[in-house]
Amino acid sequence: MQASTHAIPHPHVHEEHHEEAGFWSKYVFSTDHKVIGIQYGFTALCFLFFGFCLMLVMRWQIAHPGQPVPLVGPLLETLLGNMAAKGIVSNDLYNSFGAMHGTIMVFLAIVPLAFGAFGNYLVPLQIGAPDMAFPRVNMASYQFYVLGGVIMFFSFFIPGGAAQAGWTSYPPLAVAIPTDGQTFWLAGMVLLITSSLLGAVNFIATVIQLRAPGMTWMRLPFFVWAQFVTGFLLLLAFPPLEAAGVLQLMDKVAHTSFFLPTGLAVGGNLANVSGGGNPLLWQHLFWFLAHPEVYVLILPAMGIVSEIIANNTRKPLWGYKSLVYAVLTLGFLSFIVWAHHMYLTGMGTKIATFFQTTTMIISIPSVIILSCLFISLWGGSIRFNTPMLFVMAFLPMFGIGGLTGLPLGFSYSDIHLHDTYYVIAHFHYIVAPGTIFALFAGIYFWFPKATGRMMSEFWGQVHFWASLIFMNLIFQPMFAQGMAGMLRRMADGGANYSTAKVPDAIGGLSPHMMGLHTYILWAAVGLAFAQIPFIFNFFWSIHHGKPAGSDNPWNSTTLEWQTPTPPPHGNFATVPHVYRGPYEYSVPGHATDFTPQNQPD
Amino acid sequence: MDIPYTVEARPDTGLYNAKVGIWLFLASEVMLFGALFSTYILLRVGAPEGFWPHGWLNIPVGTVNTLVLITSSITTVMAWASLKMNQFGRFKFFHACTLCLALTFVGIKSYEYHDKFMHYEITLKDGRIADGHLVKRTADQVVISGHYVEDRKELFDLRAGGPPHEHTEITIPQAQIKKMENYGPWHTTYLAIYFTLTGLHALHVIGGAIVIGFLWGPGSKLWKTDPDRFTNRIEISGLFWHFVDLVWIFLFPVLYLL
Repeated sequence: MQASTHAIPHPHVHEEHHEEAGFWSKYVFSTDHKVIGIQYGFTALCFLFFGFCLMLVMRWQIAHPGQPVPLVGPLLETLLGNMAAKGIVSNDLYNSFGAMHGTIMVFLAIVPLAFGAFGNYLVPLQIGAPDMAFPRVNMASYQFYVLGGVIMFFSFFIPGGAAQAGWTSYPPLAVAIPTDGQTFWLAGMVLLITSSLLGAVNFIATVIQLRAPGMTWMRLPFFVWAQFVTGFLLLLAFPPLEAAGVLQLMDKVAHTSFFLPTGLAVGGNLANVSGGGNPLLWQHLFWFLAHPEVYVLILPAMGIVSEIIANNTRKPLWGYKSLVYAVLTLGFLSFIVWAHHMYLTGMGTKIATFFQTTTMIISIPSVIILSCLFISLWGGSIRFNTPMLFVMAFLPMFGIGGLTGLPLGFSYSDIHLHDTYYVIAHFHYIVAPGTIFALFAGIYFWFPKATGRMMSEFWGQVHFWASLIFMNLIFQPMFAQGMAGMLRRMADGGANYSTAKVPDAIGGLSPHMMGLHTYILWAAVGLAFAQIPFIFNFFWSIHHGKPAGSDNPWNSTTLEWQTPTPPPHGNFATVPHVYRGPYEYSVPGHATDFTPQNQPD
Repeated sequence: MDIPYTVEARPDTGLYNAKVGIWLFLASEVMLFGALFSTYILLRVGAPEGFWPHGWLNIPVGTVNTLVLITSSITTVMAWASLKMNQFGRFKFFHACTLCLALTFVGIKSYEYHDKFMHYEITLKDGRIADGHLVKRTADQVVISGHYVEDRKELFDLRAGGPPHEHTEITIPQAQIKKMENYGPWHTTYLAIYFTLTGLHALHVIGGAIVIGFLWGPGSKLWKTDPDRFTNRIEISGLFWHFVDLVWIFLFPVLYLL
């Protein structure tokens, strides 16, 4: 009983209209949203892996400061020269890796994967459109992304290495560091922002203009809503960072003083600058982007989670309208919470109070979304396949990440926790076992649509359980370390502040807290091994996985499953008509437990 | 299946795709320039009393440039209206005017930039400051046309009605110079934001002129095969052009008059 058999004519009739394109125009310079989605996905997964490797080296340095890195030490010395002399991670290299780990994970891995890959592949399919509204702009968006990525990657190998001032690039430090890494970082960011901007325009225009007949706003799958709001966040929050990037580039290259105050001293000498600038200005412009950016990281994940929950509980999402209004509210509020990252900058307690209030308010729509998703599980006959397992883990993991954010949102408790490992644990719980788990779930879930084959269920479950255990072993101890006062961004992992070094220091880090570094290192290595089954499963299943058997192996209702597999150029043979909402599962009296959106009454 | 609403409007939104796209793009541009204007405000309110420059830019020149851009906006509308009335020749004429006006604007702006780069502030070892335009520079001396001031603060308010100063040719031996710096973006935060804002705006003018130039020249072949689509393109590029004008309408008072 396949929905596609009566709703969509057979695909091969359609394919004959298209001439077979050559390799370059088919896979490299393609304007097809599905190919671009896969390009984004593949590139972003490579950067995800690369960012993870940087972190492994850093964890070694934190646990064993000043000792040569095993296995890759000689390689680092060959590639990076003095920065890694004798295979030891120098402080400068540690700073580089730290800054680039953050930059790569946020701007080159998670956002391109969540928005560029999943959004590109699925949004046009889910709204019944033949492609994005502007296919060539879409291609340009991917090309800007690659160019930005290449510049970021290349910056590791220039003299002095990559940017060292953290992913937040606070001036005056970022400008004062004499190497060129920061200039490359800024140039790369301007390209990445341009890429996001083109993508955002395209997504929003596509959702507004190309919804199939009958696909009203309240019939959109929640995934589309999440991507739609994400598009607006990227569209309106990124330009201020582009402006800030241009200003810092001017400071760095044209020796202006936008962010350099009067009387700035570098290395004990008065800097040769006109002064009069304002370092806080950068932080305002940066966080005006970077707070909405947090929601750019999480909203697409929530979209993926909702689709998989509805499908695997075989019942409609609980509170679809609440979800939609909550995500819209979230998108709006995310623009007025940015300065809760800046309580300790001296911007003043009145401003801190304002941002503390808005920060508490924004937790309301977040809790509404999570509650709706939890309640959706109630009373469902849940299928525990790999995507569902990842999604089920996402919910509590995101819950931990979200709830531990509250003490950071209050200005008084933030004084103690600011810039400690507690912060690292908090946002990694949201992004790593949160967003990345949702992205894994999405890969397992939509893999049969893109390839026509299933990924191995057994190895998927191995991947899941191992990842879940090691993720928690990595990040749980950091809460304790942070509350004990261990600061982040220290190349020696805090050894200088330990009671081993200064026995009678008040608040010195105990041997127990320092010892946790070793456990975290091994948990991180374990997490690396846990990804091996995924990597093999992914590549092996493309050609050798179990055939999906139909166009709709999960018996789903949304439109992407009502196309041929993989969807041809142009997606649908005829314009699909939408007759119902996105989650009509287990409708009483219906012959099957799912009713596709394009099935007439 | 082809992409719908590329030329004709979608009934429920009343817009064709590109029009939605350009408005979204312009929204992001508002945020881009908005951030830079915010920067201007923050730098200005943070400047010490008496050290925010006034009257450093030539208001008549700026006024002429404002009029040039406003006129180009009018010719842009006329070009689009001509196509709507099916008058291709008139379209060619009006957009040729737009292009000439765009070039005029960039030309005048370059003249203003050049003026700033030739303007030097020279701190002497005896504490005096010489300020003026460079006349000649050799290995052992610098000649400028300007004047001496005792206090640097005197250089910051040059509005009409202030104390007059006479420009004379001043010769300064290199040996007496402590610091010599022209009025580039590195000179003060005012010039930094001036060059950044007007530079970014000029890039927008040049970008817009390239698009309009393409549509005026080789791109206009589309008129013969798909006139509706071509008219839409002129409308979209026109919307962008109006936005660029609008940015200047804000830039002119903020940088020249206030």
